[in-house]
Amino acid sequence: MSEQESDANEPVEMLRMPVELDYTYSAGTSASRFLRAFAEGKLLGQRCPVDGKVYIPTRGSCPQHGVPIDGEPVEVADKGTLVTYSIVRVPSENIPLELPYVAIQVVLDGADTAMHHVLSECELEDVHMGMRLQAKWKPREEWETSVGNILYFIPIDEPDAPYDSYKEHI
Amino acid sequence: MRDVAVVGFTQSESVRRERDRNEVEILIPVIHELKTRAGITSEDLDFVCSGSSDYLAGAAFAFVSGLDAVGAWPPLCESHVEMDGAWALYEAWVKIQMGYADLALVYGFGKPSMGDLPLTMALQLDPYTTMPLWPDAVSIAALQARLCLEGGVLSERDMAEAAARDRRNALDNPNAQVAGDFRAEQILSEPYLVSPLRKHDCAPISDGASAVLLAAGDRAKEMCERPAWIRGIEHICEPQELGVRDLTRSRSTEIAAEKAGVGAGKVDVAELSAPFSHQEILVERALGLGSDTEVNPSGGALAGNPIMAVGLSRIGEAADRITKGSANRAVAHATSGPCLQQNLVCVLEG
Repeated sequence: MSEQESDANEPVEMLRMPVELDYTYSAGTSASRFLRAFAEGKLLGQRCPVDGKVYIPTRGSCPQHGVPIDGEPVEVADKGTLVTYSIVRVPSENIPLELPYVAIQVVLDGADTAMHHVLSECELEDVHMGMRLQAKWKPREEWETSVGNILYFIPIDEPDAPYDSYKEHI
Repeated sequence: MRDVAVVGFTQSESVRRERDRNEVEILIPVIHELKTRAGITSEDLDFVCSGSSDYLAGAAFAFVSGLDAVGAWPPLCESHVEMDGAWALYEAWVKIQMGYADLALVYGFGKPSMGDLPLTMALQLDPYTTMPLWPDAVSIAALQARLCLEGGVLSERDMAEAAARDRRNALDNPNAQVAGDFRAEQILSEPYLVSPLRKHDCAPISDGASAVLLAAGDRAKEMCERPAWIRGIEHICEPQELGVRDLTRSRSTEIAAEKAGVGAGKVDVAELSAPFSHQEILVERALGLGSDTEVNPSGGALAGNPIMAVGLSRIGEAADRITKGSANRAVAHATSGPCLQQNLVCVLEG
């Protein structure tokens, strides 16, 4: 029904008022450094000057102590330990993985904080905390400044990490 | 009422565009310097409150990442206002008055260079009848200035003199964005930007951040040799619609000034947050300031305008002068909304 045809007593329920605002973003100094390194296949963390913990990704401050992190970044491994997981059976158009897949938190070797990713090439009944994982990278020519350079993690043939080594991440 | 004082203040430089750092990275050194100077850690804070705008950041819940600069693990008691940090300070002051906190951190931060600020500001106008016309913030302020000029409330020379004063004062402020030995004649000879406003009548657009520590009673005395005690603080709001209020005076500032007790004694220093020269004059009058008050020794908002921090910085600048002993009684002002819609007045004493 057009506005001309509508009753004067009817509430106006439709207004056309497009809002378009342009923004010029930069990821920031720390995230830019992390993403530039990611494009080279390197994973960078930063060490908190208070307790020495390595945060990944680099973020410019320690979110626990609220102090700036100015020191040189620390490279961490692209393999690590699974500390928690969930088997996802609900589709999402943003995630190109076949269902079901495994959402994981992985603590990379050399890091003290867990990062989020997905696990694949693994039987669902075999997924468990403490299992050792390795990043599966995209072909090198496809790398860009994106965490998507890692497609997913896969299990590796290493003994499980002892519980005490990752219990603080649970 | 509990005695509550400003016991610390830090701010970033006001710059037109931070190329590399994001909002939080601008904030990190500001808060770190404040905590270091005060000799405290995050765990000493009973309450944390911030002011920022997701519209400036162009992202929902952008303010949450500001906590990275504070350190929020173990968790802390925190709040946020989608307003200038001066209103965050008001919330923290209330929290302390209610006995829920003795020491509070307040901060404001913004990176307006990411977007088009005058257009973004259009979104704060009436969404059905005004905003769809996209009146930018400078044009809206120019309409107000025209009303003031035609009504004989002030002259273009008054405006030029206010702008020149601020920019001369800012020569002593290393954090200012616009400073210089300006004279009114020089400003009046320049072309209009949006008539009757010239470039110098408008505050710059600044990326930046500032932070204040508030402490109660004995805690304040322990932390600071000469705390800047908040003797009155009030904020008053007018209608959003521009056509229903008198734009040639700032009634809300007048009421806030009266309630905050501005007139109860001589005001040594006043720091005003009005982003246009004619608005600065309206605020100065509404506060009832006389010739014995030094106005905007920092240069005010016309010299540096870190959006969402500029009002908090006025409180910090005023408090700083008390702490350093160059003033005994100071008034700080912050504003929000189009054409001085909402105003906060804070009276500080040594």
